[in-house]
Amino acid sequence: MNYNWNWGIFWQTSPDGAHTYFQLLLLGTWWTLNTAFFAWIIALTLGSLVGVARTTPNKWLIRFGNAYVELFRNIPLLVQMFLWYFVLPEVVPESIGDWLKQLPNASFYTAVVALGLYTSARVAEQVRAGINSLARGQRAAGLAMGLTQPQTYRYVLLPMAYRIMLPPLTSEFINTIKNSSVALTIGLMELTARAREMQEYTFQVFEAFTAATVIYIIINIIVTEGMRRLERAVAIPGYVGGRAKRPSWRQRWKTRQKWRLRRV
Amino acid sequence: MYVKLVVPAIAVLSLAAQPTTAQELTGTLKKVKDSGSITIGHRESSVPFSYYDDKQQVVGYATDLCNKIADAVKKELKLDKLEVKLNPVTSATRIPLMANGTIDLECGSTTNNLERQQQVSFTITHFVTANRFVSKKAAKLNTVDDLKGKTITSTSGTTNIKQITELSGQKNLGLNILPAKDHAEAFLMVETGRAAAFVMDDILLYSLVAAARSPGDYTVSKDALSVEPYGIMLRREDPAFKKVVDAEMTRIYKSGEINAIYDKWFMKPVPPKGINLNLPMSEEFKKVVANPTSSGDPKDYQLN
Repeated sequence: MNYNWNWGIFWQTSPDGAHTYFQLLLLGTWWTLNTAFFAWIIALTLGSLVGVARTTPNKWLIRFGNAYVELFRNIPLLVQMFLWYFVLPEVVPESIGDWLKQLPNASFYTAVVALGLYTSARVAEQVRAGINSLARGQRAAGLAMGLTQPQTYRYVLLPMAYRIMLPPLTSEFINTIKNSSVALTIGLMELTARAREMQEYTFQVFEAFTAATVIYIIINIIVTEGMRRLERAVAIPGYVGGRAKRPSWRQRWKTRQKWRLRRV
Repeated sequence: MYVKLVVPAIAVLSLAAQPTTAQELTGTLKKVKDSGSITIGHRESSVPFSYYDDKQQVVGYATDLCNKIADAVKKELKLDKLEVKLNPVTSATRIPLMANGTIDLECGSTTNNLERQQQVSFTITHFVTANRFVSKKAAKLNTVDDLKGKTITSTSGTTNIKQITELSGQKNLGLNILPAKDHAEAFLMVETGRAAAFVMDDILLYSLVAAARSPGDYTVSKDALSVEPYGIMLRREDPAFKKVVDAEMTRIYKSGEINAIYDKWFMKPVPPKGINLNLPMSEEFKKVVANPTSSGDPKDYQLN
């Protein structure tokens, strides 16, 4: 391959004159983290509400929840971003549309809302599945004790359901971080956009995307590890999904040997 | 003793039998000779340089030039038959595909500059464009200074967005610069009023306006921010191939063939919509035709 490798490119000043390419990538990382973080808050809040709505006995709430999930889950994220950014300001009254268009950082707000709603539909589906996976007697027991419907959710169902849901929620969070790169199509200068910009200016395409890959992996490893710690911290021994402290290597080895001997 | 003499003798004889070819071929020329094919990288929607027409054929000004170059390579290598393969590229894939040998020529609208010459090489400039901006006529934006404090857009990762960023800083214009994913989207931003102006190579602006729903609503600025030469991209450090390609480009310019090719794409209706760009050859490009150059320094293209 006839390619001029130049790993020193990251320390060269970019055309804006103020930053090196490495600093531009860090700026992009900052926007990626911001977008993913705020979108995740929206996703978790709305997703929980809609997910709970779909498990209540009220059939109108269930219908609303189903419609919400189908709407946001079935349209590609790229299309949703485009609709929010280009179509929404044209269909609302002109004064609101103009205000939307002139908003500073419009692409950031649009990306946060679009990504948040898209992910919330996925979270809602997991919340519903989490609650439905609990034994039916749990809800009945709560109500039989004289708790109201909301109290049953608050003190009986949700504390268990969220513990079960933590691992799939971790995946959703990581997806949110990765999906934030779609926002480059509406002009948000996040990490992937910065890597593309760098390759256009310098033609050092492999260096630019290697750096972006490494940064994404580091962020996601940190998130995964953080969520794993959270899982362990909130785990209740003997509960669904809960587990006592992980036994030491030595302990696990011994247990395995014991079972092996028994099989013989 | 006998063997020692015979081996060099055979080597000398075989050299004599084939005076110029095979032995001394290197790089792309060797690859083309060995494979009997040359691969042209083309763009999908870079009108009128390199794009798909209504019959899904790759056509364009740069494509015509590249076909001539392919013929010249065929003649140089004395091949009876040379297969010309086409491979679509985007701005993100053109460098890796050139470096790993998938494509041998990139024919489109790639700006030749000194930074990029670290990675690839360019043949003689085939078009000179200027960085200008398009805006709605109603907005009355004529000069760069009129843009002060406005929201403007440009395609992300282009040399144009880089220049307007620099200029905004130098002239203290306080521009709010929105990067767009591609040219079509940047134009959409002006169309829908998200941005007051779109800063881009004028040739691309002319074709975007010509294809717009109401071309009469838009105007391209007289003010030029810079001069940009377009070049056909070749692999770096391959002087033998560059020499053949440069020679053919020079021949096209000197023989006057360039005028017919230029008129076909810029002065007459072009597919797919039959739009006529009606853009006579600029003084900057006439200078290149008179004195062919593959320089990546914009200074070499300025008139004075």
